[in-house]
Parts: sequence; C-alpha cells; structure tokens
Amino acid sequence: MNWMTALFVREFKIAARVGGGALIGVLFFLAVVTVFPFGVGPDLKMLARIGAAVLWIGALLATLLGLDRLFQADREDGTLDLLLMSGRPPELIVLVKCAAHWAATGLPLVISAPVLALFVNLEPTAIGAVTLTLLVGTPALTLIGAVGAGVTVSLRRGGVLLSILVIPLAIPVLIFGVSAATAAVGGPTPFLTPLLYLCAISLFALVLGPVAAGAALRVASD
Amino acid sequence: MKLICDSLTCERGGRRVFENVTFQISSGEALIVRGPNGVGKSSLLRVIAGLVAVRSGKMALEGGIEDRTVPEHCHYFGHLDALKPSLTALENLSFWRSFYEPVELAGFSSDATLGASEALETLEIGHTAHLPAAFLSAGQRRRLSLARLLVVPRPIWIMDEPSSALDAASERTLLGLMASHINGGGIIIAATHLPLDLPNTKYLEFSRGDGRDDEGLAEDYDGFGDSGDFL
Repeated sequence: MNWMTALFVREFKIAARVGGGALIGVLFFLAVVTVFPFGVGPDLKMLARIGAAVLWIGALLATLLGLDRLFQADREDGTLDLLLMSGRPPELIVLVKCAAHWAATGLPLVISAPVLALFVNLEPTAIGAVTLTLLVGTPALTLIGAVGAGVTVSLRRGGVLLSILVIPLAIPVLIFGVSAATAAVGGPTPFLTPLLYLCAISLFALVLGPVAAGAALRVASD
Repeated sequence: MKLICDSLTCERGGRRVFENVTFQISSGEALIVRGPNGVGKSSLLRVIAGLVAVRSGKMALEGGIEDRTVPEHCHYFGHLDALKPSLTALENLSFWRSFYEPVELAGFSSDATLGASEALETLEIGHTAHLPAAFLSAGQRRRLSLARLLVVPRPIWIMDEPSSALDAASERTLLGLMASHINGGGIIIAATHLPLDLPNTKYLEFSRGDGRDDEGLAEDYDGFGDSGDFL
C-alpha cells in the first residue's frame, strides 16, 4: 500500500473507532444548534435569518473540539518521533492527517447540516447553500486548526490555547461562509462572490497549513 | 558504512546535558552507552535520531544514501511503544511496514524483509495479531513495537533500554535479533544497564562530573572496550 494511503486509512480508523472522537464533533454540533432555538425563542423569521450563522458557528466550534488531539496523541505515545524519522516529508504527513481528520470529523458535520438546518427554519435554497459553503469551508478550518495543533503540541492543556490561536484566523472563513449562505436567499451580494472567496481561503490554507504545521512539529520535537 | 559523531553537545531546557561526545562506529558493530541515570544516555540517542537538536558538533554518515539524513537511516526503539490502542496488533505493525521508507544499502543484508504476521510469529505474539493493542501486556506491547524493526530494513538501530519489560525468553530472542543485525552489517547503538552479549561491541561510558553542577553533568567517554565482554 502506498504510504499516504496507509497513513490516511490508519488515521481514519483511529478516529472512527471507539474513543476516536469522530462522533463527538457531530454530537457537539447537534447540541450547539439545538440550543439556539431555545435561547432565541419561537421567532421563526429571526431563526431563519440567523440560521446560517448558527450552523457555521456550530461547525467551527465542533471542528476545534477535536483538533487539539491531532498531533498531541501521537506525541504522547511516541508515534510523532517515528513519523518525523520516517523519511516522509512532515508537510505531507500533516496534509494526510488533516485529510483523514476532516473525513472523519468534518464531513459528518457537512452531512448532518441539512438535517440540523430544519431546526433553525432554513428554507430549501438556504439549506443547500449552507451545506455547500460548509463543504468548501470546513477543510480550511481543519487546516488552519492544524497549525494551532502543531504549535501547541507540547503543551499539556493546549486545547484552550489552540482555540484562542485559531479562532481569529478562522474569522474570514466564517464571514465568507455565512455571507455566501445568506446571499443565496437574497441579499445585496450575489452568491458566487463570497463562495469563491471561501474557496480561495480553503486553497490558501491547503498550502500554508501543512507547511506551517510541519515546521512547528519539527521545532517541537524535543 | 560509518557513523561519525564529532564533539556532540546537547542542551535541553537551557541545561547542558552532555558535551564533547565523540565516537565512530562502522557496519557490523554495536555501541553500548553506559552510565548512571540522568547523565544523558537517552539524550544522546535522541540526538542521533534527530529528535533533539544538537547544540554544537557534527554528525555524519559515510556510505549511506546521499540525500538522506542520518535519522532517516535509523530505527528508534525508545521507551514509548508508539502503538494505537484501538488498532489491532497486526494493523499497528502493517502500518509501519507500509509507511516507513526502507533503506537498502550495499553491504547491509537485512532480514527485515518479513511480512507483518511473520514478524509477529518471530516474536511469539502471533496469537495476538487480531487483538486491539489495548489488550496486550507490557511485554507484548514491547515486542510488538520491536517487530517494527523487523519489517522495515534500516541499517542503524537506536535502542533505549531495549530489554525493559521483556521476560528472559524474549530477551534472548532480542539478543539474537540484535546479533544477526550486526552480523548482517548493521549498526546498533543502545543504552542499557544490563549486560548485552553482542559481537563487536564498543562501549561509551558516561560518568557524572564532579559536583553535578551546570557545566559538568557528563563527561566524554573513557575509551572503548573491544570485546563483547562486560567489564
């Protein structure tokens, strides 16, 4: 088996099995989104207006939830040492790990979004739009988060610091994601413009994230 | 193939762990690093494995693959097992087999061409192949971790207390594997307290400096023994 496939399959298996935390993200997403209607009250128009934002914030928080373990678990059991000695480029290792992490935790968020969108009274076009923006935008969240995970890998309680580091960097993703989703149901801007910006951010993160996280891991291995 | 380490100095957390460690080791030789706890044996091994940055000094490998670093010629067998509890023993091992870049060199004939299940059989943990690693005992985990060295050929084995948690029989198996690695033209660098009866063994003694102050934690070696005998 090709080494990248082997790494992907292994990471996906670890995430999907008991204790791997793939389901935790979806459950957290569900919890955040269901809490909103209770807090906002039975104002359906209001819910429809903020629905896309609620889904996006839920997805952002759910993504951050599992990211602190992305490299830390490997560091604690010695796997990270061996990964760095393997002769494979750390940047690609990070990229494959992110891909597996997204497939195990990000993709379920995208898939569950249409169902959760009903809780916040989104109309069908908006449901499609928000699902599409999540599909395009959540990889960026994972990749940006990977940089934070790499920087905080040696800290025992790195999770909180990770969130503090990553949330400011994730704000552009949130802005363009939500504005694309709301533009789809009528707004001053066309749907495509913010969506393309979102794609651009994702591609940017795809290149920069692995390089930065790889560098952070090299330095952190002590 | 020859590994040359010239006046290596290592600092960790602002503290000088060891300085001016110089040694050479060629194919078919073992280097046993000895000394009391805390003098920097593990740090030296981690420096060679590229896991701790070296403060000063040089490390070079003659006769290795040109565009590869020293750590990429090495297997590191340390205190941590690098096993994922939710994967089975076989899944853990097969992953390293497909993932690790093997190193094939002229003059180094490795028996590390075993399949994953054969390696498990060799270490007598074949019956645990389909058990999640979480259910293995400490010794079995250790042997599973050791099996990694048997499925990917790499000429330099860096071993930190390789015999810990192993029973007498597994220790003999381990010694047999180490001896055949040396005889096949490999290099072993091991830190250990136990007598290891290996062919072509050199010794690197770490001793504690006077008073254990910041500068004098460790000294360089005080000469090589050239036999496999222990003291």
